[in-house]
Amino acid sequence: MLHTLVVLVEDKPGVLDRVASLFRRRAVNIESLTVGHTDIPGISRMTIVVAGGDEIVERVTHYLYKLVNVIQVENLTYRRMVTRDLALIKINTEAEKRAEIFQMVEVFRGHVVDVTNNSLIIEITGDGDKIDGFVRVLKPLGIIELVRTGAVAMERGSESLVNTSVEVTYGAVPV
Amino acid sequence: MKRTGAQIVWECLQREGVDVVFGYPGGANLPIYDAMRDFSIHHVLGRHEQGVTHMADGYARANGRVGVAMATSGPGATNMITGIATASMDSSPIVCITGQVASKYIGYDAFQETDVTGISLPITKHNFLAMQVEEIMPAIRQAFYIARSGRPGPVLVDICKDAQQAVIEDWQYDESPIRLPGYRPDLAPVPEKIRSAAEMINAAKRPVILAGRGVLLSGATDLLRQFAEKAQVPVALTLLGIGAMPASHPLNMGMMGMHGESWVNQAIQNADLLLAFGMRFDDRVTGNVETYAVNARKIHIDIDPAELNKNIKVDLGLVGDLKEIVTQIDPLVQPADHEEWVDAIWSRRKESAVRDIQNLPDNGHLYAPHVINDLWRHTAGEALVVTDVGQNQMWTAQYYRHEKPMRFISSGGLGTMGFGLPAAIGAKMGCPTCEVWAVVGDGGFQMTQAELSTAAQEGIKVNVAIMNNGFLGMVRQWQEFFYEKNYAATPMRSPDFVKLAEAHGLTGLRVTQRAGVEDAIRTARETPGTVVIDFRVEQEDSVYPMVPTGADLDKMIRRPSPIVETARDR
Ligand SMILES: Cc1ncc(C[n+]2csc(CCOP(=O)(O)OP(=O)(O)O)c2C)c(N)n1
Repeated sequence: MLHTLVVLVEDKPGVLDRVASLFRRRAVNIESLTVGHTDIPGISRMTIVVAGGDEIVERVTHYLYKLVNVIQVENLTYRRMVTRDLALIKINTEAEKRAEIFQMVEVFRGHVVDVTNNSLIIEITGDGDKIDGFVRVLKPLGIIELVRTGAVAMERGSESLVNTSVEVTYGAVPV
Repeated sequence: MKRTGAQIVWECLQREGVDVVFGYPGGANLPIYDAMRDFSIHHVLGRHEQGVTHMADGYARANGRVGVAMATSGPGATNMITGIATASMDSSPIVCITGQVASKYIGYDAFQETDVTGISLPITKHNFLAMQVEEIMPAIRQAFYIARSGRPGPVLVDICKDAQQAVIEDWQYDESPIRLPGYRPDLAPVPEKIRSAAEMINAAKRPVILAGRGVLLSGATDLLRQFAEKAQVPVALTLLGIGAMPASHPLNMGMMGMHGESWVNQAIQNADLLLAFGMRFDDRVTGNVETYAVNARKIHIDIDPAELNKNIKVDLGLVGDLKEIVTQIDPLVQPADHEEWVDAIWSRRKESAVRDIQNLPDNGHLYAPHVINDLWRHTAGEALVVTDVGQNQMWTAQYYRHEKPMRFISSGGLGTMGFGLPAAIGAKMGCPTCEVWAVVGDGGFQMTQAELSTAAQEGIKVNVAIMNNGFLGMVRQWQEFFYEKNYAATPMRSPDFVKLAEAHGLTGLRVTQRAGVEDAIRTARETPGTVVIDFRVEQEDSVYPMVPTGADLDKMIRRPSPIVETARDR
């Protein structure tokens, strides 16, 4: 089963390596991993989709917290969430198939972002299933190249999952 | 004040209260060594960076404070890796400071460049690469803080050579509290969990405390004793938990696990409540997890949340400082006697003890357990004993009965051969008033025997007792039990250890008969300087009892009775 984790990390060199290496070291597979800045300076946000049972994911959560640069980990799998993947798909378009493709782009609410005489680049966002579906439909028409970002996720509703009280300071422990 | 990066390194160490550094110089940390003379920190020059790291580890384990090791870039840093992994597995607080090539060469495969922060990533609690002089102080301050707080562990600080050389014109030490938004060393359980724990303890009929190194690290040994007495709960120790309770205490059953005593493992299997105090249910103590203490409810107290439910599912997990948590549980626990339970354990203990090698008539042969038992008697159980890995380690755990905490040091989690001698040197520096003994095998000793030279140069006294059985004994034992005595690559020829000691200007002694043990121990204790004793022990003796890997904890290979037939008997 796939789990979707949101991980807030300090934006420092090597943090991505620490996180990715943790999964390798504990023999847990990453399905996808995205990372980008947040609106909070110095804090980046990762969305990690992990294959494994609840138990493994709970263990991974603890391991993630052991990393000094990891600030917060939330498992969105069982919450109401929005996940989005973005794909760019370059496709063959001999003249006679063009209309059919445009129709499909319409149905899947994609955009055409580049056009040549014999090719198109289509941009599509959606949850993973939708993109999988779109790719399946396009495949027989001849996909030249495809790239996907991997999922980003956010919980529905008006609250932020970012725990702002994480900015605690700790005094040194007595030696 | 005007300071170079190298001076800042020493300033920071001094501020952390460091009095001794174990290290080895080279090109990439020369500026640090050059600045050393301005500071009153003693430097111990080891003979290999692995040794240096084990020394820092031994220092930390004996003393409780952070141990510091230094090495140059490239091979110096990679030589530290075994020592860092050893410290990591056993939650030992050390800070390793490595030199690195100049920042502009990073990534260009410069001479002696290795990505040591990358290599050490999975075996450090955290690590830092300081490419600029401004980064040195924060890195070192955080390194010490992280190393010693929460669940302790090794932290590495890699410092580029140009950063060591660069100057800050108006440098000042930052005394403000350390701010690490993602680091939580001070978790504590909610009060409901404290109450539930107390209720489970009060309801138990056959409770057992499993005490690990966490008891020692949180300074909870007195508390453990009082708590166990009040609720009459027998205590089993992990290897690294040795010393958490005085060995002579009637409620201290002794060591659990693969080479634990049979009554201890049986008690665990028969318990209706296990109280895991700062231990992590390592596979060497559980045996087959499917059949492990199946009738026991389990309470696990550990400072590291990742340890709960990792190896063994528990009914109640409490995260936080053991001492604090037990202090809170204690008033809610009713005094109890558990008389039947405790008596049953004692009678099994007596039955088992009959098989013990100590209780057999003296047949003149020299058995390692005899040596260790004699050592225990002579030193009243109060020496600081550092072991290597293998049979020597298990026999020391079984036969040297420790009365005090922090007087038993051993590489548990990693099982690092070669740990014994350098860790003993570090331990002696960490506890100069301690009588330090290293108990080692002939194999492990040869891995780091060069550190004898360090002991000689430092003029310190550690006594080295080599259990010389002519084999890689523990592996030979496995070959005997599980590989039809196919002694592949385990017979080992050794140099003359007496001459080796003498070559270092040290004293060497040899013992071949049971009768010579006491004399040798006495001589070693009375002779100034490091003494090496070559105990020519029985070659094919084995450590009993033993739970084969993955077997049920109470399915032990028991001590043969009468004693195991030996090469000479045949
Ligand atoms: C660095 C390292 N290499 C290999 C091993 C595997 N190993 C475990 S015990 C042992 C035998 C140790 O022999 P010796 O040092 O003579 O001690 P003895 O068991 O005879 O007391 C070996 C090879 C290890 N633990 N560490």
